[in-house]
Amino acid sequence: MTSRMPKNNAPRKAAASPAGKRKPARAKRSAPDEPSQPLLPARFADWFASRGWQPRAHQTALLERAKSRTSTLLIAPTGAGKTLAGFLPSLVDLCKHKKSELKGAGLHTLYISPLKALSVDVARNLQTPIREMGLKIKAETRTGDTPVSKRTRQRSKPPEILLTTPEQIALLLAHPDAPFLFADLRTVILDELHAISGSKRGDLLCLDLARLRKHAPELMTIGLSATVARPSELRAYLIAQDAPDERLVLADVVAARGGAEPEIKILEDDEPAPWSGHSARYAMPAVYEAIKRHSLTLIFVNTRMQAELVFQELWDLNDDALRIALHHGSLDVGQRRKVEAAMAEGHLDAVVATSTLDLGIDWGDVDLVVHVGAPKGSSRLLQRIGRSNHRLEEPSRALLVPGNRFEVLECRAAHEAACAGVQDVALSRSGALDVLAQHILGVACQAPFDPDDLFHEVRSAAPYCTLDRATFDRVVTFVATGGYALQAYEKFARLRPEPDGRLRVANGRVAQSYRMNAGTIVESPLIKVRLVGRRGRAPSGARANTARPLMGGRVLGELEEYFIEQLTPGQAFVFAGEVLRFEGLKDTEAFASRATAHDPIVPSYNGGKFPLSTHLAERVRAILHDRRAWRHLPTPVSDWLALQDERSSIPKAAEVLVETFPRSGRHHLVAYPFEGRLAHQTLGMLLTRRLERAGAMPMGFVANDYGLSIWGRRDISEMIDQGRVVLDRLFEEDMLGDDLEAWLSESSLMKRTFRYCAVIAGLIERRHPGKEKSGRQVTMSTDLIYDVLMRHDPGHILIEAARADAATGLLDIARLGDFLKRIRGSIRHVALDRVSPLSVPILLEIGRESVGQQGREGLLREAAEDLIRDAMS
Amino acid sequence: MLQMKPESSGAHDFKMQNISLCGKAFVADRSGALYWPSEEALIIADLHLEKGSSYAAQGQLLPPYDTRETLRRLAEAIDRFDAKTVIALGDSFHDREAAERMESRDAEALRIMQNACEWIWVTGNHDPQIAQWLGGYVIDSLTVEGITLRHEPRGAWTTHEIAGHLHPAAKISRDGYTLRRPCFIGNGQRLVVPAFGTYTGGLNVLDEAFDPLFGGQAFAVWMMGQEGLYPVATRLLRGD
Repeated sequence: MTSRMPKNNAPRKAAASPAGKRKPARAKRSAPDEPSQPLLPARFADWFASRGWQPRAHQTALLERAKSRTSTLLIAPTGAGKTLAGFLPSLVDLCKHKKSELKGAGLHTLYISPLKALSVDVARNLQTPIREMGLKIKAETRTGDTPVSKRTRQRSKPPEILLTTPEQIALLLAHPDAPFLFADLRTVILDELHAISGSKRGDLLCLDLARLRKHAPELMTIGLSATVARPSELRAYLIAQDAPDERLVLADVVAARGGAEPEIKILEDDEPAPWSGHSARYAMPAVYEAIKRHSLTLIFVNTRMQAELVFQELWDLNDDALRIALHHGSLDVGQRRKVEAAMAEGHLDAVVATSTLDLGIDWGDVDLVVHVGAPKGSSRLLQRIGRSNHRLEEPSRALLVPGNRFEVLECRAAHEAACAGVQDVALSRSGALDVLAQHILGVACQAPFDPDDLFHEVRSAAPYCTLDRATFDRVVTFVATGGYALQAYEKFARLRPEPDGRLRVANGRVAQSYRMNAGTIVESPLIKVRLVGRRGRAPSGARANTARPLMGGRVLGELEEYFIEQLTPGQAFVFAGEVLRFEGLKDTEAFASRATAHDPIVPSYNGGKFPLSTHLAERVRAILHDRRAWRHLPTPVSDWLALQDERSSIPKAAEVLVETFPRSGRHHLVAYPFEGRLAHQTLGMLLTRRLERAGAMPMGFVANDYGLSIWGRRDISEMIDQGRVVLDRLFEEDMLGDDLEAWLSESSLMKRTFRYCAVIAGLIERRHPGKEKSGRQVTMSTDLIYDVLMRHDPGHILIEAARADAATGLLDIARLGDFLKRIRGSIRHVALDRVSPLSVPILLEIGRESVGQQGREGLLREAAEDLIRDAMS
Repeated sequence: MLQMKPESSGAHDFKMQNISLCGKAFVADRSGALYWPSEEALIIADLHLEKGSSYAAQGQLLPPYDTRETLRRLAEAIDRFDAKTVIALGDSFHDREAAERMESRDAEALRIMQNACEWIWVTGNHDPQIAQWLGGYVIDSLTVEGITLRHEPRGAWTTHEIAGHLHPAAKISRDGYTLRRPCFIGNGQRLVVPAFGTYTGGLNVLDEAFDPLFGGQAFAVWMMGQEGLYPVATRLLRGD
């Protein structure tokens, strides 16, 4: 079996051939629209003609907008030549450009994308038109991977076009050179804008856009986006809000013609979908057959764990030696690049990927997209299907593979939504205060600032257009002195006033620390995994100090610290497509050797828990209660629902079903709101508190996307029967008041949220000049800091920021509130004497979930009682 | 206590634990303090007062309430046992200027406790000198009833010793959870108490720094929870 394991994730024939052989994928064929020749200089028109193309309507539309320097949002499906459309105005403009007119460093266009890989890919594709038209334009990427020497050179002698990520923009802006660097900036292209806006990263980027406008007042922005439900949010994002109290100003918008309808199928095999889990192991033979029938298949999964599992399964089936590769975010950059190159060269049959391949990267001729596990929203599904077949005129083909029986319903709902072209509605949110704090420090690092000016500048960024002055001033005070009620730190202030009232950074160390800690991505600390051969392998059973030293070895990728912590030397785990034996941890690196253990332990990655989007939840509920629709479902699923109907109940669309039953000495209460994992977790926490008060002695709960189960020691059916627990009261909306407050104040979730805010706001340094701070120390101190702040300064601005984050992002409180409102008086309770069919997938999740703070104390108690038991036996 | 059935959760009172050291009876408190009933003395280590402002001076503006919080918890522990003597086992102040940086309100809180109890500062590596104006006796180590109290534990085979300095913490994993908490660690002959200070981190008891203390021999740990102090079998311990 080992011999079939790939040596790395790249395929066997991954040798790169000249990139020039490839056509720029974005503009493979042109739409038969009337060309607008005057907009396009002869050189460009000739180039289009030489390829047998004509500019598309939206490409010329953007050129037109650029002529009047109008910022514009381009909404186009994947494959519509979106990126070329974004760059055309800059390429044309640069042709007319005279070096003598430059005021600064000559940087003309910034291209910003959410993914490093996307920037690299777009830069590569951009070389083709530049070279073929013989344009004297330099386009370079700048990411965290760019060598320091090159980054330094890019600041003094930048290329005309710089392709980069939001974090790099923040760093460039914080540099004293920024006015010189950005003096000639004409255009900013924001790719995949829908994936950035509406997040903390988007907040920071929007503040940076406002800053860029200060350096380059003539700046024009071009936003590129997939179809979104509310384009006005993106349009407002792109331009300065000059009168934030009165009106929202919107950028112009151009929508490209949609392509052919996608062809979506749900894999409905004779093999029944399993009860729970998301790996879809059962379906792999069918997926393998599909790969054989297509020339290039992309297999999308929701989490890296699934990616590893699916890849492993496919390799075990790979008797035809198909060229299958793996691509996910914790793999080493070099390996990912190899896979990407091999895809572009057509050397692959299939790639198993997570969201690292999710956005507009288009390599090769993908003719099938397989989605393993249910897509958690229809926009996500459409985006991923967009990977398949980049020719607009031909339908994309997609195969949905449900991982369990609930996912069969969910895939069905997603399918219906995708066919109807429904888009998820992203919730609007106001800009995060921790991000603002980071930005203010960055501004001060560049040059002293006038708080009045900065306030107006900040409000010109759409997410902050409703920010009030008092809050802004509190954030400035936080940046300067920590903003504590006890004003102990005046003498340690990081910002100090100049005589003219402007604020400057107190010393060089502040700027240094800012540069080391900028960015809004607070990951779980990552540890490099190195593959060591026999030499580095510790003899089993040997004591650590007698083993040969762990060192060297190829870097396979990075894993979260908490996962590595769970491993003990000798244990097997799957990573980077291989079964590895954990050898040990040294400093910040983990060492592993190849292993051949059966039934390997699989990394339980944290990422990728997407909530079910609201309208999909509605569709799932509708399918569930519509008995006539069942016969269109795969037999095992319709049988399952029929059994549920017979043994318990099928709720009406407007109802919520609550079941109570005993199982192995515990009493369960199971509810099926279909509101997504986040809302269910919050509901579970709050119901547990209430049941505890009612004397039901709850012991724990588990939640998934569809429902939740709470179990305890007391007979809950009996308590309901005797009126000691009243379900309508239990599910009353007022749980979002005091109970939520009380729970938040003691939950670890608030601590985690606070940690993120504290890191982003710069209270806690990720990296301290001169010494690396390990993740554990950070975790520990933020928990302590949270406790101290809650007791002594609960009104502190970071507590406020963390609370806002928790309410929107982690707890889904708005959605839970809507649910509680909706089900008032519509709870259908069924008391059963045994487990119900519908509850099985939820109960099977028990043991995979955490229980929260209460459970932690229980853990210690159990450990102590264990010891007592040991002592007695 | 041992007669209770282990299943009956809540029946055990884990608020404090009796610990015997060289035949003497001690009570370890869930706050991290150690009480010596026969001496009516409360022993605490590594308060690290003014650690927050020490970080602030270096540019990291941690909340300035750590001293207040540490002293509040200390006052609570003194009240709980009605201690007559307080012995601070070193590193009471995070740096040499720490005492000067204390808010007057916090210095006052300290003075009130000192008025009620006899106060002994054992010096530590962070606070080799303690200013006279802080009150109390200042001493490098002291021996009471044959038991030596000092900041930094001595090497192998030392017995009759209570020390701090190492900030012991223990980590256990159960059912997929990992918990890492400050702890007491001892072998009946010597004891290391956890750091009492609010902003103090912990060092895993499986770290090699603990090796010389127990020479690879058996030891016991008591982990601090939110509500209690829990003896935990050493086979459950995990390294970092």
